[in-house]
Amino acid sequence: MNDIKKVKKIIIDKPLKLDCGQTISNFPLAYETYGKLNDKKDNAILAFHALSGDQFAAGINPITKKEGWWNYLIGPGKAVDTEKYFVICANVIGGCMGSYGPSNINPKTNKNFATEFPVITINDMVNAQYHLLDFFKIEKLFSVLGGSMGGMQVLQFVSNFPHRSQTAIPIACTASHSAQNIALNELGRQSIMADHNWSNGFYGEYKKSPDKGLAVARMAAHITYLSKKGLEEKFGRKLQERDDLKFSFDADFQIESYLRYQGSVFVDRFDANSYLYITRAMDYFDLKKQFNGNLSKAFEKSNTKFFIISFTSDWLYPTSENREIVIALNSIGKNVGFAEITSDKGHDSFLLDVPDFLNTIKNFLNTSYNKLNEKRI
Amino acid sequence: MKKEFNVIAKLVEKNSKVLDVGCGDGELMKYINENITNDIRGLEISKSNVQKCIEKGLTVIEGDAEKDLKQFPKSSFDYVILGQTLQAFLNPENVITELLRVGKKAIVTIPNFGYWKVRLHLLFKGTMPITKDLPNEWYNTPNLHMCTIKDFVNYCNKKNIKINSQNLSYKNLFSKLGIFVIEK
Repeated sequence: MNDIKKVKKIIIDKPLKLDCGQTISNFPLAYETYGKLNDKKDNAILAFHALSGDQFAAGINPITKKEGWWNYLIGPGKAVDTEKYFVICANVIGGCMGSYGPSNINPKTNKNFATEFPVITINDMVNAQYHLLDFFKIEKLFSVLGGSMGGMQVLQFVSNFPHRSQTAIPIACTASHSAQNIALNELGRQSIMADHNWSNGFYGEYKKSPDKGLAVARMAAHITYLSKKGLEEKFGRKLQERDDLKFSFDADFQIESYLRYQGSVFVDRFDANSYLYITRAMDYFDLKKQFNGNLSKAFEKSNTKFFIISFTSDWLYPTSENREIVIALNSIGKNVGFAEITSDKGHDSFLLDVPDFLNTIKNFLNTSYNKLNEKRI
Repeated sequence: MKKEFNVIAKLVEKNSKVLDVGCGDGELMKYINENITNDIRGLEISKSNVQKCIEKGLTVIEGDAEKDLKQFPKSSFDYVILGQTLQAFLNPENVITELLRVGKKAIVTIPNFGYWKVRLHLLFKGTMPITKDLPNEWYNTPNLHMCTIKDFVNYCNKKNIKINSQNLSYKNLFSKLGIFVIEK
């Protein structure tokens, strides 16, 4: 994981007051960019990643050597066309791909922060990433977009900085993390903490990490990203490289083998403490509460044009929760479009090759960009 | 483009704010967007139509007029357009009330069941009329509440809704389609 030292970073020297009360300063924020910022600086898009993502949204991730998590969407000639737009993506604070997080060294103890890292929120993540606009000297982004936790960051960004983006695309997200989602996150955290190797978070000292716990957390979470129908179609009751049941606790079924694999590859690229911190940030997200129960107030000052997208088979961030955001915007006369895309691929749809989804983003971005340029002429 | 769209578009003031309820594939919106005002958005229930609107670069909200109009504040649009879908709602009266709340003015079009060809069809054939504008059989038509131009005008008068209605009897017999601008 030494490659992580080589990723692009900015050091944020301005103190950042976190929601928990602590102030951090001189901390790193790792980022990646795709495409070129034009002279007018009007083609920049800030993409926010979800729980298990990182700054390597497109192309090949130099750390994992695998395709970026949003490679279907972002790239030359793709829906978010990097021949036209300049895409910035940062690793969230609390993460483990070069940004300030629990695996950083605590100068006071010379050990990893581990669980002494401050609890961060979606608001903190967004406030940290806001510094990228200064860094690139971008007055106004063309768009902010993200799915799942990335979508929450989109909402928080527009709320915090109402005049800093022309358009916003929150995808498969919510304005207020539900009890069901908190419960599922807690399951993942408890799984990590139940691993003997977790050592209250200070596993860095013992050179043993809670891989089993993190893998189980990932397996459980992975199920929530799929749909029953999708699972049925892809796996059904198919057996894994065997003709009959083995009457043991081996991975008899393909779905078991698949989940085990997902768990095992995840631990190679993700830090267990980051998993705790980031899921916590999602649980604490309640934009409605930030505005005393009136979500519309979050967007009142903004003229950002929204397009909200949900998926039919997403039971983690269902259409009803996405629609709440649409309603909040419509009820104060803001410019918003909305589409529920048909897909059997569950919450994960936003990461996959779902043509209607990709076209929706492509058309929304291109039309909006053309309109902006018409206005200027 | 349908002739009807031309007539509707002429009723919309330049640069006004418009909501097209049941905007379908977005043909009318596109025309208005290009020629009258670009502050226009649509509400559409069909997923395939939503995609067609998106392909045209239009702002569309996927939703159901019977449920989703209530999220818009009072008088938030200069014009709300309802093109030939009134008869397909479960509760048209409620939809009209919502149109007039959300829009300062509403433009409503209806297929006219009082059109002479329709009348003759029922009179001579004794079966439910099938015409170009009413192409379905009684058992598969989406139209639940057919009315005539006269019915619609009578309704508006009864509810104290302002409506343009000259030459009512003539129009009721000779128009395939009723196009109205109504306001509270």
